[in-house]
This record gives sequence, structure tokens and C-alpha cells, in this order.
Amino acid sequence: MAQSSQATEGLASIPALLQRNATRFADKPAYREKEFGIWQTWTWADVKREVDDLALGLINLGVNEGDFIAIIGANRPHLYWSMVAAQSVGAIPVPVYNDSAAEEMAYVLEHCGARFAIVEDQEQVDKVIDVQDRLHQFEHMIYLDPRGLRKYDHHMLHQFSHVQEQGRAARDEFTPDLEARRAKLDYKSTCVMLYTSGTTGKPKGVVLSNRNIIESAKNSCEFDKLGAGEEVLAYLPMAWVGDFIFSIGQAYWSGFCVNCPENPETMMTDLREIGPSYFFAPPRVFEGMLTNVMIRMEDASRMKKRMFDRYMAHARKVGPAILDGKPVGMMDRLKYALGNMFIYGPLKNTLGLTNVRVGYTAGEAIGPEIFAFYRSLGINLKQLYGQTEASVFITVHPDGEVRDDTVGIPAPGVELKIAESGEVFYRSPGVFEEYYKNPESTASTKDAEGWVATGDAGFIEPGTGHLRIIDRAKDVGKMADGSLFAPKYVENKLKFYPNVLEAVVFGNGRDRCCAFINIDLQAVGNWAERNNIAYSSYQELAGHPRVLDMVQGHVEEVNASVAQDEMLSGCQIHRFLILHKELDADDGEMTRTRKVRRRIIEEKFHDLITGLYDGSEKVSTKTEVTYEDGRKGYISATLSLRDAKVYEVANRKVAAE
Amino acid sequence: MNAVNPEGYTTADGRKIGPVMMEMKNITLRFGGVKAITDISFDIREGEIRAIIGPNGAGKSSMLNVISGFYVPQEGEVWFRGEKRAPMKPYQVAQQGIARTFQNIALFEGMSVLDNVMTGRLNYMKSGLFSQAIWKGKAEQEEVANREVVERVIDFLEIQAIRKTPVARLPYGLKKRVELARALAAEPKLLLLDEPMAGMNVEEKEDMSRFILDVNDEFGTTIALIEHDMGVVMDLSDRVVVMDYGKKIGDGTPDEVRNNQDVIDAYLGVAHD
Repeated sequence: MAQSSQATEGLASIPALLQRNATRFADKPAYREKEFGIWQTWTWADVKREVDDLALGLINLGVNEGDFIAIIGANRPHLYWSMVAAQSVGAIPVPVYNDSAAEEMAYVLEHCGARFAIVEDQEQVDKVIDVQDRLHQFEHMIYLDPRGLRKYDHHMLHQFSHVQEQGRAARDEFTPDLEARRAKLDYKSTCVMLYTSGTTGKPKGVVLSNRNIIESAKNSCEFDKLGAGEEVLAYLPMAWVGDFIFSIGQAYWSGFCVNCPENPETMMTDLREIGPSYFFAPPRVFEGMLTNVMIRMEDASRMKKRMFDRYMAHARKVGPAILDGKPVGMMDRLKYALGNMFIYGPLKNTLGLTNVRVGYTAGEAIGPEIFAFYRSLGINLKQLYGQTEASVFITVHPDGEVRDDTVGIPAPGVELKIAESGEVFYRSPGVFEEYYKNPESTASTKDAEGWVATGDAGFIEPGTGHLRIIDRAKDVGKMADGSLFAPKYVENKLKFYPNVLEAVVFGNGRDRCCAFINIDLQAVGNWAERNNIAYSSYQELAGHPRVLDMVQGHVEEVNASVAQDEMLSGCQIHRFLILHKELDADDGEMTRTRKVRRRIIEEKFHDLITGLYDGSEKVSTKTEVTYEDGRKGYISATLSLRDAKVYEVANRKVAAE
Repeated sequence: MNAVNPEGYTTADGRKIGPVMMEMKNITLRFGGVKAITDISFDIREGEIRAIIGPNGAGKSSMLNVISGFYVPQEGEVWFRGEKRAPMKPYQVAQQGIARTFQNIALFEGMSVLDNVMTGRLNYMKSGLFSQAIWKGKAEQEEVANREVVERVIDFLEIQAIRKTPVARLPYGLKKRVELARALAAEPKLLLLDEPMAGMNVEEKEDMSRFILDVNDEFGTTIALIEHDMGVVMDLSDRVVVMDYGKKIGDGTPDEVRNNQDVIDAYLGVAHD
């Protein structure tokens, strides 16, 4: 093993950690995947065998050190092994979002110059074949699921299990080579390359070294006391840095078990069956779960509904305090215990969150009401603020100091500073090496001393040392009268309503704010059913006058609450409309991690924005949509624009409509 | 028409079609005075996707019921795998390796998807009532083995998420898929599909077409299907039989059938003098 002064116990790479785990935790489950209705288990010793076979097979196929290997698919143990096998032979794994359209995939594969790809199934094979002509260096593709691929030309296409078989057969021949390559890996060698989701512009390839990943994993495991006994559910995109840190970095560091769901639709069932002890989800998952609970409670019997409302109100009052170990009165505690027996416990069980010891939400700001809901149930949900460039961790909430308005204190090993412009900078062992083939961006993001610009505006709270993020530095603006414009703040308030899936607020440089709303088809559909409202499509439901009335109610409630905040009272929504289509990553309106791309939405729907500001009652529009297979079509619609009531603020005159 | 090698042929996309599996010889079926089918002959080859099309009331479903043995024709012979078939009970048909789906879904609404699909394995359960009741030994092993087959079908048709859902709660398109799953669980040699895409939207039709092609491709199952959607039929099938008023008016590859004047007349209508 190559010596690196800082590598702990000589464990300087993921393959080295695998070697250790295969001896230390040999019989302990490392991966589970539900297949054919049963959880199939692989122990750490099994995993080492699988990874070695695949690594030998890759050498056999001609993988060189320094090659890039694209990994495309949903969370499957085999694809995680592929990443480690790639590292073992000195290649660099590049996980790619599996729902990317062929075009996006072409950009990534071309940019990194991948010679090999390991993909899940026919769908991904087809996409790569589609764009293959443009990829000069591309040679071989390995697939997991042979279904539908029998008739394909197998000159450059290989089945995963065959590659492993060939590797096993050539064990004697290639083992010395494999050992030598593995021994060369040190803290400086590249662990993985991940593409940013690209909120603005083209994705960038973030190069993360073994030091970045292992140090971040080690620090965070110690911070939350994660041990070999944890269970996690791996269901987030493999191309996202979070999944890499949780399902590979931390899993290999502490030796815990990674569970892969059967398929994306069974995620909730699988979550309930596994009952993870360490759970990670972006806000939209928590929002979705909450929406589901609320919908089902609407349909529950009156007795159940009353119990739910009553005890949830109590939980909101004392739950978070009990969780943080703060003093709470005897009677309140008793009542909470009773609620736990009847409501909170069964509810947590239904959600699959009973065993959660540490839960994180990250990726975006979470609505305070949503956050409070889970905390009040006694789930230790915390916020984390991070980036791909930081190997996730910048700030985290320590246990007992969780608050909904901050993102916590600097994670272990992280230094923070706030620039004069208000932008947050950090420095840590997890700071990325570079943007691949993009020295200009690297230089503009990371300075010579290793400080990295986050692109977010925030401040450190005096006294507690917690970091507060206001918004994306680029999104925060000023309204025409000079008051602060922070769209995310208002959008999050709107998104707390189960009926609102997504909201986009405009107003930068203007005299008032307007908003686009996306309704949640499930929640509103359920409501429509109960109110005997017939509809045949999303578009029709979104344009229904009664839906507009309901959303108007939500907007006005939000306005009332925004008006309370002196700094942001200018962000009340004066006019809004309900979009005729859901914002979609396939149309470029969102990133693959479902973050809104403001600029693109502004361009695409400029006619609607004009309509909102010039006071028209109705606007007709025609929008291009992209189907999942890349075909394009148009939908036309006539949208009704509504005025919403805005509230007076004591020291500020608002021009009410 | 059909001047093909008796040993079989290879399709344009490289699938091997074998010799004749089932042959209908001069079938005539009457219900009292009504002639549902008049003197129809055609064959179905191993590994082929064979479509039966025709306007409403042409006798397509009756034809499928003759193939499945549910109706016994008054005249004509049905030959299956080189033997003339005598009138049979439905379970005997199933034992021969023929499974079907229905035009108007026939599932057990109150049972879960899994249980419904398990019923497709009924013919493979040999243990007696007593051993089933005490649930030991052979009965248990059998259940496990059959469950495995069923789980593979569930995986194949991507219905894992609804495994435990009662059928009554499912939307129409999924019910159709569950019905296909039950038929596949019987591991049929010949699969009969009665309007598998009726009442579906475009996306559901595309999914179903994909599954039908995959079933044929992966398991080599011979498929006979009735369908109204011309686009689907022309894309899916290797050969098509066209019926009108109980008579066969066309038989051949989709291209041949498309250009057949009688077929065009039957579908578009002609002026009667």
C-alpha cells in the first residue's frame, strides 16, 4: 500500500477499505437488494469476491489506469460494485443520472471521454447506442439486465455476469496486475468524478480524490456516531454526491449495510420493510411523504381524524423540545407518551421511520412547517448544508441544537468565512481537486488557499455560530423600491401546502412579485374526487376555477405570513397563475435533482410573465414539451391569471390591487 | 399466400419461426341458426405472433374460443401439435399449454395481485388437499417453487409495486397487465390474448406492446391475439388473419393484408349496388 502521511490505518482508497471490511466484517451483510420479492443479501466477503471478479474482467476487456468508466442506472448493488471495481483497476467511475435524455448523456460521456460504460438495462443501452457515433473514444458497454438485448450486436456489448466469469477464468493471469494497480492507489488519486446538476449552464465534472471522500466520510461518521450496525436505503440518484458519500464513502468506512429497493415505485414499501437507522432525503421526499399522510387523513374516519389533529397539535408544541432534551412539564410528557402510543408510533411505522436515529435533509431548503412535523414526531431530522465540491459536508446540525431556520455549525474539519458580498466561503479536507478540463471555472470557484465559493448568500448567527442561508446569491435581488427579494423563502412557504408541488416567484427589479404555481396532481386529484370535480388531464385540473380559488387561498395565507417579516414583506405575491404543465427536467426547466432553473423558466414562459405584470385576465400560450424518449410535442393552453390579496405592513405602504 | 417452408422461417428481425403448431381446418361454428364462423382455415406456427382482426361482429372472439377449446365447432377439425383435438374441458386445455386473457377482465377482484397470479400455477400444484391444509413438506416446497415462477413473472411485467394490492383497487391498464401475468404464470406454449389493448391510452398501449414482444422474444411463447388497433396489429404481428361476417377474407403478412382489396373494402366499406 502506498504511504500517505494522512491516511488512517493505511486505508487510502475505497478498494483498501473493502479489503479491510472483507476481513473485519466478513459475515456481516454489506448489501441487500429486493429481488423476486425477497431481500437478497451479500456479505462483505461476497462483495469482495464480486468486485474482484469484475475488476479482473475489466482488465481482461482492456481497461487502463486513468480511463473513465460511466456508470448508468438505478441503485443496484452491482452498480455500486462496478464503481469500486473501476477504482480497483485504477480507472475513474463517473456515475451518470439514469433519467438523463440521450443528449445530456452524450455531453457527459464526451466531456470525460469515457471508454467504457456499465449500464443497468436495455433503456440505458439504447441511449448510449443512440449517441455512440459522436463518442470517438467509446469502446465497450457492459449491461446488467439482459432482457431484450439478446438480438443486439455483441461486438462491444457484454453481459455483467460474463465479464465476471471471464475475469474469474483469467484470475491467475491478471491477479498480479490487479494487486499492483490497487497498491498504487493513494490519498491523491481520484476516487470519483461527479457531474454537477447544472442549475446554471452546462454540468461540470467535479473531481474528488480519495482524501476528499474518505476524510469526509470519517469525520461525518464520527460526528453522528455511525457504526457498522446502521441500515440505509439507497434510493437517491447514484450520480448525486450525497448518494456516493452515504452509500459508498460512509458505508465502506463504517461497514454498514446498504439496501437497494426493488424498483423506484416500491421505495415506500421497501423503506417500511428495512426501517433504516440512518436516513437521508431531499426535502421533496419529506414533502411527498407528508402530502401522502395528509391525503390519507382527509379520507380517514372522523374519530381518527380528530385524534390525529389533537395529538399532532400537542406534538408540535412539545415534541421538538422533548427530542432536544429540554425541560418539559410532567403532564405534557405524559400526553406526548400517550400520543406516541396511539398516533406518532404507528405513523412513524407506516412511514418506515421508526428506527431512524439520524435523519438528514439536504439539497435544498426545507419548509419550516415540514421540518417541524417530522421533528415533532420524535424523528431526529437534521439539516445539512453541502455541495458536490465539498464532498457534501459544509455545515450540519449537531444533535440537540436543531433549528429550522439555520443549517447548523461547520462540519468537523470545515472552516467558514463570509465574504463582504454576503457569499459563503468554506475550506475543508473534502474540497474538490478541480473541475475536469475546466481550469477557468476551477480558478474562479476555488482560490489558491483552498477557499471555495458556495454561490449562496448567508450569515453566521452571532452567539450560536449557526450558519443561515438566505438564498442563492444569484437569486437574491432587490425589488424596484429597494427592498430585499428572496424568492426561495416565499416558494418554500407555498410548497408546504400539499396542493402545491412547485412554485416560482418573480419580482427581481420589479415593483411587485408574481408567481407560477404547479399543483400536486395526487393531492389536488384526491380533493377533486371528493368534491365531484371531473377532469381528464393535469392541464384541465390545473385550469379549473375551483382549483384556482383554492390556490388563491393558499397564496393569500402565505402573503399574510410574509407580511409579518419586516425584511421580506415586499415579497408578497400580487398575481399568480397555475402552470398548464408540470415543470420537468426533461424540458430543462429543472435540474435532475429537481431544482428550479429560474432563468430558463423566465425565458420559456416570458409571455406568461408579461401577462402577469400587464394585468391581463387570460393568456394563451403554446409550450414545447419533451417526452421521455426525446420526442418533442406542443401543448397549447389558455391560462387564467388571478390577483391575490396582499397585506399592509406597518411601516411600509403596499399598493394593494 | 403462406407459401412458406413447412419447417419454419426466419423473420426480418431475426426471430426463428418454427413449424405449424396449431391448424384450423374448415371450421364452421353455429349458434342455433346463426353462423358465427363459416368454413375458416388457417394455421399458427411455433414462436409466431399471429393476429386475428376484423370489424365488430366478425367472429374473432368466437374464433379465439374455438382455439381455446371453449367452443366446439360443428364442422371442421382443430389440429394441435400434429394431433386432432377432441372436445376438451378447460383444465385439459390449460394442461396442453394454452393460456388466455379476456376481453373484459376476469380477475378475482377481492384478491391481491400476487394471489391472482398464483392461480395461474394451479395446474402445477400436485399436492393433495390434506397436505395443503397442514402446510408441511411437499405442499410447502411446491408453494415456494411456484412462488418463484410467479415472482419472475411479476419482475418481468414490472408490477412489483402492486404485488400486495387488491385487484379491485387497480386502474384498468394495470388490471390488464395482471391478467397477462396470470396467463404467463402458467408458462404457456400458446398464449391467447383477447383485445389486450382495448380501452388503453397510447402510453399503456406502448407498454403492453413492449411486453407482448418481450414475452415472445424471451420465452419463445407463441401468441395469438385479437386486436382492434390497426397500428398495433401491423407493428406486432408476423401474420394476420382478417375476418368479416364469419368468413376469412385475408391471411398473410401485415403488408399483404394491408394491400388486400377485400380487407380494404371490409374496413372502409364499399357502395352496394
